[in-house]
Amino acid sequence: MPLLEVRNLTVTFDTASGPFKAVSGVDLSIEPNEIMAIVGESGSGKSVGMLAVMGLLPKSATVTADRLAFEGQDMLTMSSRARRRIIGREIAMIFQEPIASLNPCFTVGFQIGEMLKTHTSLSRGERHRRSVELLELVGMPEPERRLSAFPHQLSGGMSQRVMIAMAISCNPKLLIADEPTTALDVTIQAQILDLLVALKNETGMALALITHDMGVVAETADRVIVQYAGEQVERQQVAGLFSAPHHPYTEALLRALPERAIGNRLPAIPGVVPGQGDRPTGCVFNPRCPYSTEMCREVVPPHQPIELGRALCHYPRNTEKAAA
Amino acid sequence: MTAILEATDLARHYEVGRGAFRKPATVKALANASFSVEAGTTLAVVGESGCGKSTLARLLTMIEEPSAGRLIIDGEDVTAGRSDPAALRRKVQIVFQNPYGSLNPRQKIGTILEEPLEINTNIPAAERRQRALDMLTRVGLRPEHYGRYPHMFSGGQRQRIAIARALMMEPKILVLDEPVSALDVSIQAQILNLLSDLQEDLGLTYIFISHNLSVVRFVADKVMVMYLGRAVEIAPVEAIFEMPQHPYTRALLSATPVPEPARAQTRIKLKGELPSPFNPPSGCPFHPRCPHVRPEICVPVRPELVQAGPTLVACHGIEQGWIPGAATVNGATPELGAERLA
Repeated sequence: MPLLEVRNLTVTFDTASGPFKAVSGVDLSIEPNEIMAIVGESGSGKSVGMLAVMGLLPKSATVTADRLAFEGQDMLTMSSRARRRIIGREIAMIFQEPIASLNPCFTVGFQIGEMLKTHTSLSRGERHRRSVELLELVGMPEPERRLSAFPHQLSGGMSQRVMIAMAISCNPKLLIADEPTTALDVTIQAQILDLLVALKNETGMALALITHDMGVVAETADRVIVQYAGEQVERQQVAGLFSAPHHPYTEALLRALPERAIGNRLPAIPGVVPGQGDRPTGCVFNPRCPYSTEMCREVVPPHQPIELGRALCHYPRNTEKAAA
Repeated sequence: MTAILEATDLARHYEVGRGAFRKPATVKALANASFSVEAGTTLAVVGESGCGKSTLARLLTMIEEPSAGRLIIDGEDVTAGRSDPAALRRKVQIVFQNPYGSLNPRQKIGTILEEPLEINTNIPAAERRQRALDMLTRVGLRPEHYGRYPHMFSGGQRQRIAIARALMMEPKILVLDEPVSALDVSIQAQILNLLSDLQEDLGLTYIFISHNLSVVRFVADKVMVMYLGRAVEIAPVEAIFEMPQHPYTRALLSATPVPEPARAQTRIKLKGELPSPFNPPSGCPFHPRCPHVRPEICVPVRPELVQAGPTLVACHGIEQGWIPGAATVNGATPELGAERLA
């Protein structure tokens, strides 16, 4: 049984200029102890989809799904009380801006303790001991002393370690990391990614890693979902995605990376991601796709079979290298 | 080729107050930077936050004056105090990181582009307008964008506008302070292509400041790696990536994620974080995090930049040869390095 199962997730925002579909028709399942990466550019709905799972979206958002289940329990129909017991304890989340995610008015120790107070029945002393233990676990030097530090006294990397300590305080089964290292320097990014992978291996939790960095995906993930303009365009094992991408968008995205460039011009993707007002008919990627035909401009493409990465495309690429 | 920009022992110190009863502290944001850039090439400046790369950008564009050292731009000594700063500023222009913050939301694109001409030249209005329209086409925008406001553009388009504004004065040197780090991959590629076209057409010299090594590898001719306000390695781009010398450069390269899942990699793990610039370590600034540190020399003595093969590097371990895989100092490059560079 998958840990998290999502089928046909759609999130619509009510905006002043009419409803806006930020996420449409996303399917995903996350197994225990795996790292699933969700990749996409800004506006691809990668964060919104996960916020919907966490129930953290504002009232203007309407979330619908055929199925949204955690360990087989249907999260759509359960009471908000039962849901709150899962969110934060079983599923935890860390965010992009670690410094903005911590409350500047309270010490680190208070904020970790708060998490333990809400979700566990530990006594005051036990909470203190557990907080020290958690900070040690995330590799914070001098954990005992850091408990009384305020967030402004910590660097970005340290703050992210505190966020991770809070997130894993109740031994979650799934940790959703929304661009956990985007705001950090590369050497610190490497430390934080190593920490997340080590925690995953030790505790057996699953990790949903939201990122836009293909390098991070290649080095940490097991499976990858590629999103574009709110649609899930491809889903594959990490090795297959990089060697034989099936959707033209994935292919173009990989070619546009400076690391993979041949010669002194990058094969850029022309145009921009469509916004609310200019969503194309047919395939969402057709105005920027080098292979688009009349059919792509008129007919919404189907998802290809799983061997072709469920690519949302009429003419999937690399069909001869379909995954077995 | 001649150097269009030459910096000798360039430094910038800031005084930071620490309250009414304590002496203000001095932060050496940039110390003893010496380098030169050839006309028409790209120097990339790489480093983590707090390494002084943005301070360097502010000195080169003459937004701030250096505390010490000499800066020669296009044959004229900026720091001597004799030359006309306004004339020199026309030769160096800057593009900032965040195109959402660097364009005035109340000005139309036309006004933004014409402002530098209005301030610095006597060109009549009709010709200013024509130049702005030409520049819009040159950076891949359309003439009808002239009358629009910045909020009507996407991040990539705004960065094109910022580049256009910097080019209005026909500068010789363009300082690019993290020009693509706020952009998505597909847009980043478009902007990098635009920059390389412009460099070819206009013969521009770029100072490209970035923390993203894969972008640097793509655009740079020469790379300067900085750590805590000091240059630790200066080398041609091939040498930096094929044969990095300084332990910090090696760690930085190995920490950069590569989009090749099959590649087995051994990551050099750096312990700890960047030390506070208020209280930089003695001797080699990298010694508290260096995996090859020898306390008897690295802690008391600061290493100077020395020639090692094609590279200038500041490291005792390279100089004295205890760090494996390094080029020999002042001599021929070792067999391994020589063939890789050939």
